Amino acid sequence: MILLWLILVPLIGGLLALPAGRWRDDAPRALALAALAVDTALILTLFAGTGEAPDPAWLAQADWAWIPRFGIRLHLALDGLSLLLIALTVFLGFAAVLCSWTEIRERRGFFHFNLLWTLAGVIGVFLALDLFLFFFFWEVMLIPMYLLIGIWGHENRAYAAMKFFIFTQVSGLFMLIAIIALVFLHYQTTRTLSFDYFELLKADLYPGAARWIMLGFFIAFTVKLPAVPFHTWLPDAHTQAPTGGSVILAGVLLKTGAYGLLRFVVPLFPGAAQDFAPIAMALGAVSILYAAKLAFAQTDLKRLIAYTSVSHMGFVLLGVFAGNAAALQGAVMTMLAHGISAAALFMVAGALQERLHTRDMDRMGGLWTRAPRIGAITLFFSVAALGMPGLGNFVGEFLVLLGSFRADAAITAFAALGLILAPVYALYVMQRAFHGPASPREVRDFGLREMGVMLSLIAATAWMGLHPQSMLAHTEATVNGLAQTLAQRGP
Amino acid sequence: MLNLLWLVPFIPLAGFLILAASEGRLSRAWVPWIGAGSVGLSAALTAALAFELLALAPEARVFRQTLWHWMAAGDFGVDFAFYLDALSLNMLLVVTGIGFLIHVYSAGYMADDPGIARFFAYMNLFVFAMLILVLADNLPLLYLGWEGVGLCSYLLIGFWYEKPENGYAARKAFVVTRVGDTAMALGLFLLFTQLGTLDIQEAMARANAQWPAGSGLAMATALLLLGGAVGKSAQLPLQVWLPDAMAGPTPISALIHAATMVTAGVYLIARTHALYTLAPEVQILVAFIGAITLLMSGFSALTQTDIKRVLAYSTISQIGYMFLALGVGAWSAAIFHLTTHAFFKALLFLGAGAVILSLHHEQDIFKMGGLRRSLPLVFWTFLIGLAALVALPFTSGYYSKHEILLGAYGAGGAGPWLWAAGTAGAVLTGLYSTRLLLIAFFGPERTPAHPHYGSNIGVPLAILAVLSLAGGLAKLPLFPALPEAGPEGLVPSGAEGEAGGSVGLLTTAAPFLGIAIGYLVYRTGTASAEAMLKLPGREALRRLWFSGWGMDWLYDRLFVFPFVALARLNKADAVDGLYLGIVALTRLGHRLLAPTQTGQLRRYAAGMLFGAALILAVGVWA
Repeated sequence: MILLWLILVPLIGGLLALPAGRWRDDAPRALALAALAVDTALILTLFAGTGEAPDPAWLAQADWAWIPRFGIRLHLALDGLSLLLIALTVFLGFAAVLCSWTEIRERRGFFHFNLLWTLAGVIGVFLALDLFLFFFFWEVMLIPMYLLIGIWGHENRAYAAMKFFIFTQVSGLFMLIAIIALVFLHYQTTRTLSFDYFELLKADLYPGAARWIMLGFFIAFTVKLPAVPFHTWLPDAHTQAPTGGSVILAGVLLKTGAYGLLRFVVPLFPGAAQDFAPIAMALGAVSILYAAKLAFAQTDLKRLIAYTSVSHMGFVLLGVFAGNAAALQGAVMTMLAHGISAAALFMVAGALQERLHTRDMDRMGGLWTRAPRIGAITLFFSVAALGMPGLGNFVGEFLVLLGSFRADAAITAFAALGLILAPVYALYVMQRAFHGPASPREVRDFGLREMGVMLSLIAATAWMGLHPQSMLAHTEATVNGLAQTLAQRGP
Repeated sequence: MLNLLWLVPFIPLAGFLILAASEGRLSRAWVPWIGAGSVGLSAALTAALAFELLALAPEARVFRQTLWHWMAAGDFGVDFAFYLDALSLNMLLVVTGIGFLIHVYSAGYMADDPGIARFFAYMNLFVFAMLILVLADNLPLLYLGWEGVGLCSYLLIGFWYEKPENGYAARKAFVVTRVGDTAMALGLFLLFTQLGTLDIQEAMARANAQWPAGSGLAMATALLLLGGAVGKSAQLPLQVWLPDAMAGPTPISALIHAATMVTAGVYLIARTHALYTLAPEVQILVAFIGAITLLMSGFSALTQTDIKRVLAYSTISQIGYMFLALGVGAWSAAIFHLTTHAFFKALLFLGAGAVILSLHHEQDIFKMGGLRRSLPLVFWTFLIGLAALVALPFTSGYYSKHEILLGAYGAGGAGPWLWAAGTAGAVLTGLYSTRLLLIAFFGPERTPAHPHYGSNIGVPLAILAVLSLAGGLAKLPLFPALPEAGPEGLVPSGAEGEAGGSVGLLTTAAPFLGIAIGYLVYRTGTASAEAMLKLPGREALRRLWFSGWGMDWLYDRLFVFPFVALARLNKADAVDGLYLGIVALTRLGHRLLAPTQTGQLRRYAAGMLFGAALILAVGVWA
């Protein structure tokens, strides 16, 4: 039941925020914070109960009939992986509300409605174990995000929102077809019509069919991730989205793609996934390098950060398809750590845009003198993003490369070149925006609210880097299960 | 007492956290007390630990401390754990001891800088990272320190961030060393894939057990780790970043780019010496890298006009000696030279800093001159530092360099060649040192000097001068952390005895030859510099040396320019063209088909009729 509430609380919070905006200007964000606080409490009870679950992998489950005629159920389940990702979602939900504090001045009720509904959709995605339900939540998180970009975005928002929508929608269509094909083939062999995850895990597919169905899922998830060559919606969406939207987009929405790969592609089609692994790993490596190169070329700060996201998600793709425990754990850590560091960098970019009314780094420079706090925080997260050991991102990338080296040394060596390119773009940001002769403009430095958010993000990043075991332990059961599935069903 | 080991790195970390959290609001008077004080506490603690550890029997001089379980995934697992033996103790003493002196010096040097809190914060963070590097029990933790010192190096080279060229130098240093670090990371992955562990001692033991000598895997791993070492230690082919790194404040050059961080590569190879013993080809490559680097940078040092760049090339050259020593299996000689070099090179840089401060940030040696009279303390300490650098008998540098060169000679095989290179390097060292001394400290005064230093600058100089003179006596026994002599076959027993006589004499005499030439050229003018400069091709040669053998030029054209050009060319992301193409196609379809929507019923009816007929026709005949 607690799982259902995790989703319902932000949904209800969103519905309440809608009229509350008309009543008082700051009521919606208070409601949003309250809803997130309730969810935090729920998550904490789930964390507290992790030791007591009867099944080591699944900590909690809830299962109701929904559309019995088609074997569709309201099946929610939580394991360590979804728990951590939901915790990340809610954590960044706070950040998104707090960084929209002064930026969003119009239609606050509707803004927070969309924000909370996106979060609810994401939480639903992380919990749903019925494929139809999963698809439902996949769409739920899409539309409010489309509105967030389209209404509160920047100068070119309509184009970006449309691009985001079409990319996701087309890829969602691939997934829907794949889901239906999977269910249908399963029905043909067993004569039971079911969308249930555990039922479909048993599906016995022809290798040929498995390959095509796997590809349907793969495309949907790599568009979301995103990986080269499906990444081009992301820079536009990020550049145009309001800060809160970027935070959610980079921090959480991209992770649903990675989650989908881990939860569905690998377990449902282990054989096909393993056959496909060299291509997927190569795509991951290409994403790392190609996006890093593009990031270096950008002058628009948000666009640059968007490309670095693509680059870092390449590590996730690499790790997932390398398929051993180290690489998979690395992929999970990269998801969490990148969620936080990218969110923080987008908040910095948003704060700078709010102050300077530009995202163009050619018009920045010398900001450190004016706003040392913003400078130091950007420095911290740039350094985190370039993979400094002791911070979360390093743990993820290191484990991914360590694991994938075992799977394919050549691709890993190629991907490792990304370690050289990361400082090239990350430190260039520092140079162009913050270093150089003091900026002639007065720039308001971060205040208490912003510092509070940033310091908690810094603490999380450092914690993940210094004591990642506290996170890895939660996902160990799931990841080892995945690695075993691959090892057994592999070629 | 040994249980307090963890405090050694964590006290400077605390200093960093306090200084960072204060956001520069701390009173300027307090900042150096926290910054230098934390390192001082660490140094005192290290000294106490040293007494305790050295009181034990040599075989028992090992202490391991596990702080927490760092990360584990599948069969991989590492702890946040420290490992203290004679080798790491030696490094610990150098880092905290020299580090403390340089912190004290910085209190004077940076006293008027508005960013003093930031400066000390970065310095403390550096000391923390460096201590993690030398104490790490496993390679990932060593890598943490390794990258951490790289970061601090970047931050401090670019400390005066208002000048874009400083930022460029800082980024260059970080990226160039990152190239090496990436090779090193791959080495770690290979090591783990093959041996199943990254704990240093365990991995070395398993390598010895599983890999035969000369095995391909041992060679590949040793090569990859060597990549990291040459990056950090500024050896060929990744030495290009160090001269530019002189853009940072001078105490940084002393601490990071002379005494400690740049010797991390030497430490890494010494730490994993078992691996190099298994890969003799790579080990001899280390020696050749050292030999070539020390000669090339010796020539470059001859032509520099910036006092700090002379010292920078000299640093590269001296680390070349350490690599040479490692390559011939003279492990403890390498660490010994690392230690004495830390003394005298820190001294030289701090002396240079005092000169620069007294001349209002003038760094060109040809604008100095006559400083002997105006800055007597700096002159005498600098003289001692140079004496140790050129290895005059009975200075600390003499003992360590002599040991290296005799070790090289006795190494058999290419040994005599390596010895010859090292000895030629010693001549060069004498030459460029004499040049530096005579131009900057003798002759007419070209820029009036205003002695601008207090006791917090003078005292570290004096202490370092004493260490540079007498440090050769304080050689820490490194056995069994490092093998006593080279492995069998590399240094045949008794080789040193045979080499003794004439070779030892030549080795000792080499620097005097350099000094004599230098004296003749730069002092008496007997063989005037002008006369030599009239030799054909000399200007091209001078420029080649001055530019560090044109390697920057080469790398710019090989890597930097193509990358930047490619990035510019594809700024708009060619992949997006694919999707834009789909959009254009859709629009085209729209434009083509839209005119058919005329609103005329008969056209629609005709169209339907035609279409139906077509479908029927296809159905009938196809």
